[in-house]
Amino acid sequence: MKMKQKPPLTDAQRTYQKFAAKDEPQSPVLLNCLKAFLIGGSICAFGQLVQDFFVYNFDFNEQTASNPTIAVLIFIAVLLTGFGVYDKIAQFAGAGTAVPVTGFANAMSSSAIEHRTEGLVQGVGTNMFKLAGPVIVFGTTAAFVVALIKTLWGYWGG
Amino acid sequence: MLQGSQSWNFINQPVILSTGVVGGPFEGEGRLADDFDHVFSDIWLSETTFEKAQTRLLEEASYTALAKVNKKPQDMQFMFAGDLINQLTCTSFASRTLAVPYFGIFGACSTSMEGLALGSFVVNNGGADYVLTGTASHNAATERQFRYPTEYGAQKPPSSQWTVTGSGAAIVSKSGSGPVVTSATIGKVVDMGLTDPFNMGAAMAPAAADTIEAHFTDFVRDPSYYDYIVTGDLGKVGLPLMVELLRQRGVMVTEEQCIDCGKIIYTDNQPVNAGGSGAGCSAVVVYGHLLNKIRNNEINRILVVATGALHSPLSCQQKESIPCIAHAVSIETQGVGAL
Repeated sequence: MKMKQKPPLTDAQRTYQKFAAKDEPQSPVLLNCLKAFLIGGSICAFGQLVQDFFVYNFDFNEQTASNPTIAVLIFIAVLLTGFGVYDKIAQFAGAGTAVPVTGFANAMSSSAIEHRTEGLVQGVGTNMFKLAGPVIVFGTTAAFVVALIKTLWGYWGG
Repeated sequence: MLQGSQSWNFINQPVILSTGVVGGPFEGEGRLADDFDHVFSDIWLSETTFEKAQTRLLEEASYTALAKVNKKPQDMQFMFAGDLINQLTCTSFASRTLAVPYFGIFGACSTSMEGLALGSFVVNNGGADYVLTGTASHNAATERQFRYPTEYGAQKPPSSQWTVTGSGAAIVSKSGSGPVVTSATIGKVVDMGLTDPFNMGAAMAPAAADTIEAHFTDFVRDPSYYDYIVTGDLGKVGLPLMVELLRQRGVMVTEEQCIDCGKIIYTDNQPVNAGGSGAGCSAVVVYGHLLNKIRNNEINRILVVATGALHSPLSCQQKESIPCIAHAVSIETQGVGAL
């Protein structure tokens, strides 16, 4: 079933929207990019330090060290979310805290904390993936499509 | 009685006998900290959920207002109250505690003046001797319903507003001493097709302008009649838009005359972007700060225009625009009466 088309805007609506857009404060995109770069970069640099720590002190190579490294970053992000600090850092850092694995950890833990009041199953269990779910859905879909292309490429083209 | 096309003129001048205003810790650090009757140091108010905390806010504001004039809930004939949370549960639960015959009303952030207008109408026309009206909002309860989990790290744009944790309640009486409610103009829903839920100020400004224009037309009044035209809550983005819209329509308000509850409740150092919002914002600023000014004879007449955005997270996700409403109520010093 096709959704009914929305009626087109009236002249008055169009005039007002232009008028309102003129004075709307814009997000400082360049500054936000710079902040995201600095904070996101610092998180990644910190992750590198953690990885090196595991490689030099334990029996890990660069590949196997990534699991405990991610676990450490997730642990810190969840802790900061629980203490109510992560969202304040994120207002400053924007994509800098959203893109690394810490953002995923924050999305899941904040949903879990938020819905604790509705119980463990109906609340936490049902809602934990509320924000992180799309990442999994579209990540898996994209992986499937890419894998399909790669396979077919090898089959016919290779 | 009906005045013009959409206004009521309260010839018996119902009195705002007393008010109760409570807020959260963040509001206690704001600019109007001294105007709160009580500031809670904990956003949970020692409750187990934010919704229970919001219920407590309205209860505390109501009991404070009642205690100031030695009244009990059973002395109130009716209660007009509402909030932003689904199905008005917080307000209904508070009404369960108060046990006053209750009308639950929803006007989003315009609820405070919707309640005061209805309450004053009932008192003015002999439907009650005492009416309790009030509204509450809680930052975390509202955030989780309308936006993201409170601890989720999403960057908010500069046009976004901060939901006030607080509640304001008022007792409207047919006699007594206190500021009087002289008129009300009920707004119609205005939708300029805006869709950004992080820019409520721009969405609501046309609704405010529409109601204010109707008010001055219905009463054949000039804006200079009022010391302040108080909007709640257009914020830093919406207020200048409304002033400009009014001037375009020939309602010559001055910039000093137009103030906004969302703009004055917090200090400039608090990270609230475009200002405060939420059903409780106009209630705490008007019933606290502004009525104190009227009681101290610093000002005589204000027109309070509470504005509400009548969307839901669902309607926004379904790409509907944001319909808005504004209700205006004039509050004056007792005995000044200049009609």
